[in-house]
Amino acid sequence: MSEATLAWHQYRLERRMFWRNPSAAFFNFFLPLLFLALFGAIFGGDQKNLDVIVPGIAGMSVMATTFSALAMNITFLREQGVLKRMRGTPLPSGAYLTGIAASAVTNAAVQIALVVLAGRLFFNIGWPKDWVELVVFVVAGVVCLASLGVAYSHVIPNFDAAPAYVNIVFLPVIFISGVFYDVDNTPAFLRDIAQALPLTHIIDGLSGAMVTGRGIEDNLSALGVIAVWAVFGIVMAVRGFSWESRRDR
Amino acid sequence: MSSSAPAILVRDLHKRYGDHHAVRGIDFEVAPGEVFGLLGPNGAGKTTTVEILEGYRTRTSGIVSVLGHDPQQRSHELRARMGIVLQSTGMYRHIAVREAIAHWARFYPRPRDVDEVLRLAGLTEKADAYARTLSGGQLRRLDFALALVGDPELIFLDEPTTGFDPAARRAAWDVVRSLQDLGKTVVLTTHYLDEAQALCDRVAIVKEGRIVAEGPPAALGAGSARYRVTWRGETGELATRETEDPTALLHQLTSAALARGEPLEDLSVTRPSLEDIYLELTAEAVAEGSETPAEAQEATARE
Repeated sequence: MSEATLAWHQYRLERRMFWRNPSAAFFNFFLPLLFLALFGAIFGGDQKNLDVIVPGIAGMSVMATTFSALAMNITFLREQGVLKRMRGTPLPSGAYLTGIAASAVTNAAVQIALVVLAGRLFFNIGWPKDWVELVVFVVAGVVCLASLGVAYSHVIPNFDAAPAYVNIVFLPVIFISGVFYDVDNTPAFLRDIAQALPLTHIIDGLSGAMVTGRGIEDNLSALGVIAVWAVFGIVMAVRGFSWESRRDR
Repeated sequence: MSSSAPAILVRDLHKRYGDHHAVRGIDFEVAPGEVFGLLGPNGAGKTTTVEILEGYRTRTSGIVSVLGHDPQQRSHELRARMGIVLQSTGMYRHIAVREAIAHWARFYPRPRDVDEVLRLAGLTEKADAYARTLSGGQLRRLDFALALVGDPELIFLDEPTTGFDPAARRAAWDVVRSLQDLGKTVVLTTHYLDEAQALCDRVAIVKEGRIVAEGPPAALGAGSARYRVTWRGETGELATRETEDPTALLHQLTSAALARGEPLEDLSVTRPSLEDIYLELTAEAVAEGSETPAEAQEATARE
């Protein structure tokens, strides 16, 4: 069986496993919608704020489904010995990891679709202005944050520690990257930090695609920053990858 | 490969972890179709040796050949010809038993039939159960099933029954015996003597990274050329004497009993068991106090 076929079967298995934990699946998709509803209520009819929050939540969804989910998932699989078991079979490592990553990407795509739909139906921001730009920034964001998530799993010592390790990155990053408010209103030093991080630029691109209509050609520097983080993430994800839990080594 | 070539060949194998010399010059061969056991206390180097054979670890020095391959090259072909049951491995919690076996079957060029594997592993009744609902013994049988489904020539079992209740152990032993009946080569590690004695054609006792004794379980006992004679004496106490020539002793005992006109009760003549040999070898280790802190640490870490 070809490597692509094996990756496809692995992907299908990962999807079945995801849906067999229905409450986890539900909250996974419900969280961004809940955030949208809450902030929609808080900002009331202030369209300016809604224009910020919808692409912001879309960016948060990409980070939650790729960075956070993969950092947790890879740590879990490694500590449980699933990675080691897979390593002992003829299943090519690339096919296995592709299946896992593709499952995370699917969740990202579903969440983006839900957020776009909610933006159209409840937040009066219409359909995205630039679909190509939307796809480009979702893909760039997914590749970047997924590889960073895998790379980050290497520093998480055990599964019990994983939620704390993930949240200490995830929560501050979504706060300073302009998920909930316009970054222009934050102090300069926080803005500088946020400018160095990928999520701000992913949200900039999503905002251009979904709300402002600012095209890709005006967001090239944002794509550049995302690409630099993606290269760093991929190199670190591959270099530090461990198939075994630390206590076994 | 011709049938006379060994399935596994290990020559002067060494493995160091920093200052810790875990494997210190091990040699052995395993013939095709043989069940070979590595027996020894925790931290003796069994798991390190097996994980080198499985391709999980690189060796420091020595020659290792598994089915004609160097395992540290991690060739796809070799992994398709062997099955591995690790000491402890995780499983998807929400996967059904049959689903897991069918999924694993795809990894291999010539898998066995899924229903047949279910039957071999004794999981037919649990085919539709999710992994999270299985008992420890049933999960272990699922490990066996997944190692078997590719129809491998060679199967590694690392402490296959550690922590099992007696019934689950017997069930696992039956699976190993059926592997043997299928003509598979099996390498197992264990620290249970009865397990080695029940399953293995040949065992090697490993202590401090070296093989200190090797042979068929029965011959290892017989190798010491001693017999143990036990009988109930005139005063009613049980007496035991070890001798290299039981004939003279038995003649003496039976003549005396006949002369007294009494039966000689509870008379038995036995060879030392594998357990006696094993305890002798490991007791020596304790007496020498030669277990280094690093080894003790490794032993704890593996538990």
